[in-house]
Amino acid sequence: MEDVTQAIQGVPLNHYILLSAVIFAIGVIGVLIRRDAIVIFMSIELMLNAVNLLLTAFSVHHNDASGQVFVFFIMALAAAEVAVGLAIIVMIFRNTNSTDVNVLNKLKW
Amino acid sequence: MSVSLFYFVAFLSIFFALLVIFAKNPVHSVLYLIVTFFTFTIHYILLNAQFLAIVNFIVYMGAIMVLFLFVLMLLNLNESQGSSKPTLIKVIGVIAGMCLVITLIGSMKALHVSDPLILKTQDLGLVKNLGKVLFSKFLLPFEISSLLLLSAMVGAVLLAKKDIKQA
Repeated sequence: MEDVTQAIQGVPLNHYILLSAVIFAIGVIGVLIRRDAIVIFMSIELMLNAVNLLLTAFSVHHNDASGQVFVFFIMALAAAEVAVGLAIIVMIFRNTNSTDVNVLNKLKW
Repeated sequence: MSVSLFYFVAFLSIFFALLVIFAKNPVHSVLYLIVTFFTFTIHYILLNAQFLAIVNFIVYMGAIMVLFLFVLMLLNLNESQGSSKPTLIKVIGVIAGMCLVITLIGSMKALHVSDPLILKTQDLGLVKNLGKVLFSKFLLPFEISSLLLLSAMVGAVLLAKKDIKQA
């Protein structure tokens, strides 16, 4: 374990920001281009994880454990969000027989 | 070897994240997402955030992804519906995402932070240290998050069960 923690000492903070930005943007693209509600949901999970990684990197950078506690809270929130969201998707599927978000366009206007 | 391990894992993260959103079959998307989360676990280990690595491994890969798979099996999306957005919308979506990346990178350039990440205290992300912070400084949010989980549980049960009047 010592080797591994020594290993990371050369990576600039910028590259963590870059990685998180790219993963977050991939999540945004996923939300924009997919119509399946479950895949949209998974893209949101990707975005949450990108933010988690960045918070951890900043926490190490500032030598402050609060960032990692925030990540813990975000994970609890993600679990709650997934439970409610998947229940809603199951209900939508029961009513419309598909998980296509374009079926639910009554709220558009 | 040391630094290049980060770049290799970062490459894997981006690669599998791309596969998540471009896979046709939702089940494949879930499986790729599990691999993506595994690479995130490796990132946490590299940052010596051992508690978060374990929580990410158990909660995200173990619980949340199994929930996704479970719902996918339950929904029985056999014919895949043949539904995808028109190509124009897809191209516009990708361009919008690229614009977001460019904006974020541009603002990062204005920051002028490029110091290498140095782990000042080795036990920053260990359970002992995080537990102390969690139960002293963040005690109230911790208790409130239990309320959040309770309300989410009640809400999920209420939403997913069949309407009594209809049944």
